[in-house]
Amino acid sequence: MAPITTTLAKALNTGLRSAMEDDPKVIVMGEDVGRLGGVFRVTDGLQKDFGDNRVLDTPLAESGIIGTAVGLAMRGYRPVTEIQFDGFVFPGFDQIISQVAKITYRTQGAWSMPMVIRIPFGGGIGAVEHHAESPESFFCHIGGLRVVACSNPQDAYDMLRAAIACEDPVVFFEPKRRYWEKGTLDPELNAASSGERPPRCFSSVLRRPGTDVTVVSYGPSMPVLMAAADAAATEGRSLEIIDLRTLSPLDLDPVVESVRRTGRMVVVSEAPLESSITSNIAARVTEEAFYSLAAPVVRVAGFDTPYPPSRLEDEYLPDLDKVLDAVDRVMAW
Amino acid sequence: MAGPPVQPSDPYLPTTAGEAAARGAAGLRGRPTPSEVIAGLRATSHGEDLIQLLSPEGTLTGNDDFPIEVTADLLRGLYRDMVLVRRFDREGNALQRQGQLSIWVPLLGQEAAQIGAGRAMRPADMAFPSYREHGVAWCRGVDPTQLLGIFRGTDQCGWDPKATRFNSYTIVIGNQVLNATGYAMGQRFDGVIGSAPGSEDAVTSDEATIAFFGDGATSQGDVHEGMVFAAAFDAPIVFYCQNNQWAISEPVAKQSRVPLWERSTGYGFPGVRVDGNDVLACLAVTRWALEECRSGNGPVMIEAFTYRMDAHTTSDDPTRYRMAAEEEHWKLLDPIQRVKAHLSRQGLADQEFFEQVAGEADELAARFRAHCIGMPKPPPERIFANVYTEPHHQLEQQLAGHLEYLAGFAEQDGGR
Repeated sequence: MAPITTTLAKALNTGLRSAMEDDPKVIVMGEDVGRLGGVFRVTDGLQKDFGDNRVLDTPLAESGIIGTAVGLAMRGYRPVTEIQFDGFVFPGFDQIISQVAKITYRTQGAWSMPMVIRIPFGGGIGAVEHHAESPESFFCHIGGLRVVACSNPQDAYDMLRAAIACEDPVVFFEPKRRYWEKGTLDPELNAASSGERPPRCFSSVLRRPGTDVTVVSYGPSMPVLMAAADAAATEGRSLEIIDLRTLSPLDLDPVVESVRRTGRMVVVSEAPLESSITSNIAARVTEEAFYSLAAPVVRVAGFDTPYPPSRLEDEYLPDLDKVLDAVDRVMAW
Repeated sequence: MAGPPVQPSDPYLPTTAGEAAARGAAGLRGRPTPSEVIAGLRATSHGEDLIQLLSPEGTLTGNDDFPIEVTADLLRGLYRDMVLVRRFDREGNALQRQGQLSIWVPLLGQEAAQIGAGRAMRPADMAFPSYREHGVAWCRGVDPTQLLGIFRGTDQCGWDPKATRFNSYTIVIGNQVLNATGYAMGQRFDGVIGSAPGSEDAVTSDEATIAFFGDGATSQGDVHEGMVFAAAFDAPIVFYCQNNQWAISEPVAKQSRVPLWERSTGYGFPGVRVDGNDVLACLAVTRWALEECRSGNGPVMIEAFTYRMDAHTTSDDPTRYRMAAEEEHWKLLDPIQRVKAHLSRQGLADQEFFEQVAGEADELAARFRAHCIGMPKPPPERIFANVYTEPHHQLEQQLAGHLEYLAGFAEQDGGR
């Protein structure tokens, strides 16, 4: 398959399809994922082609989705579950924390838990309450889970294939407001040689080299950072942009290496500010690159409030101006 | 207009016509007798439909719906199972009192409910316990000493859940019911149910799953969702509820207005209430239920009506919430005594047999105790072991840091 231009949602669909073709144990389950193809159409057409024993329209119960996926994983399946929206994961939170994350540890490896929990996350789509949240920090706080976030079609495909192949449970965050943004997808780019499993993509990646400030984020804010780098360049400032991609565990080496060169860092996320991934990055970079820092790390994030009514979300979300303002502050130190 | 109070002193009677209408048939039918209130049974105890094959006095009867061939060997085996399980269970309590265990979860009184269900399973069937299922563990070939680590704090599951087909204990109430349902869905997707009746496959290949939970768990959303999913996907699962009347201090009336087995009708599958202190009835009914599942007629719910004769755990004090008269009442319904009475009266076992089983039980208890006392603290690496199946650099760094930290003390203590 030659490289194509496609949307992030379609790249996920392609990734699911190829994983299901390669391994009959891969099953997809969630609310409306079958006949409808998912409310974002990420699973479009899969039930028609793979049948309703492999693409399960489940009853409307998130704990049920996660809890039965646990049993299916014990039975040898590799369930890819879909939580319809970020704010709906909490009925399933107990099963994720109490069972999914702990079963391998509890049984000292007798059971592995190869399941993927796909969650569309983040704001910016003018939605009602519970449809625009960024709950990723909750999951990063739990030993036994891996947490990743994709930001473009190529990563969406590669990372989903890697998550499905992973023997550990992976909470897979998808930036819902980027579902319809297009990019290049080359399924062969990072493909496994025949018979081998897909390569790991759970690493941070340098998106744009620069010299003045290291700016780090993941998921939906990545295009904001790229635009900020363009805008800063017109003012003669050079931003180095890093996409974390993996939130737990963090792949911090590229970040620390970058900060050692630039001496300044801004961390960006839509999630609330405190006890967050941005907090953690700031702490870790301070621990590991203290003498390289010319200024305190500045965090740009949501407020410590519930997600606001959507007419106010442009004030809540990190945007171009907020990122550039933070860059000004670290440069002025 | 609200009517006059009917009988304000009785909290289980509706006080107004409107309230009576709101409660409906279930509420009225479920009205307890005063003796039931005393026994703590309240609205959920009624039901002439309790399946019983061996009365508390040891009289054997048959039930056409749940036929079972009762032999002396079968009865002696079940008796032995129950005596041995009760004996190491009592030893668990003693070990906690002596500081060798942090806690023990007694099963006293539930031997029949667990041995009956456990012996109904075939090797290929899968069990998902809660945390009191020491008797089911016994039937699955888990050595009693393998249960100890959880309660001594040296491990969280001392057996191989895959090899024994007996999952780890699950402490969050109700979680395992959903996991079991998913496993049973997988059995259906794998096509290991519904072989032609009487065929070899029906005996050798067909499988079912059984989920164990208590009366308290029936209030959990996960149990509800498990039943919804099982019904939606025709999963071959037996929902085995041991109604031991108490969820720590809360009587079953706090969980339900209707008998628990009746809940199954709301999900569209059969429910049966069995005398949970009658090991033969538990065996016969669970055999039937598992076979229904293996043949493709699942799910099925069983309510084993039993009694927690001891505390919730060794940390609990039941004298704060239930009357001694209630415990005395249930002692007359003891699950082991009725089998012993039947064996003796029918001449199916002699004194030598009972003494031999008692001796075997004491040997098991001694082995259980010796093993417990000898269990060492795990090494520090255990903190980090098997959190993930695949390599995890963050934990590798933390382990290395922790070992280095510990090594610092070893150097300080060097020479001592």
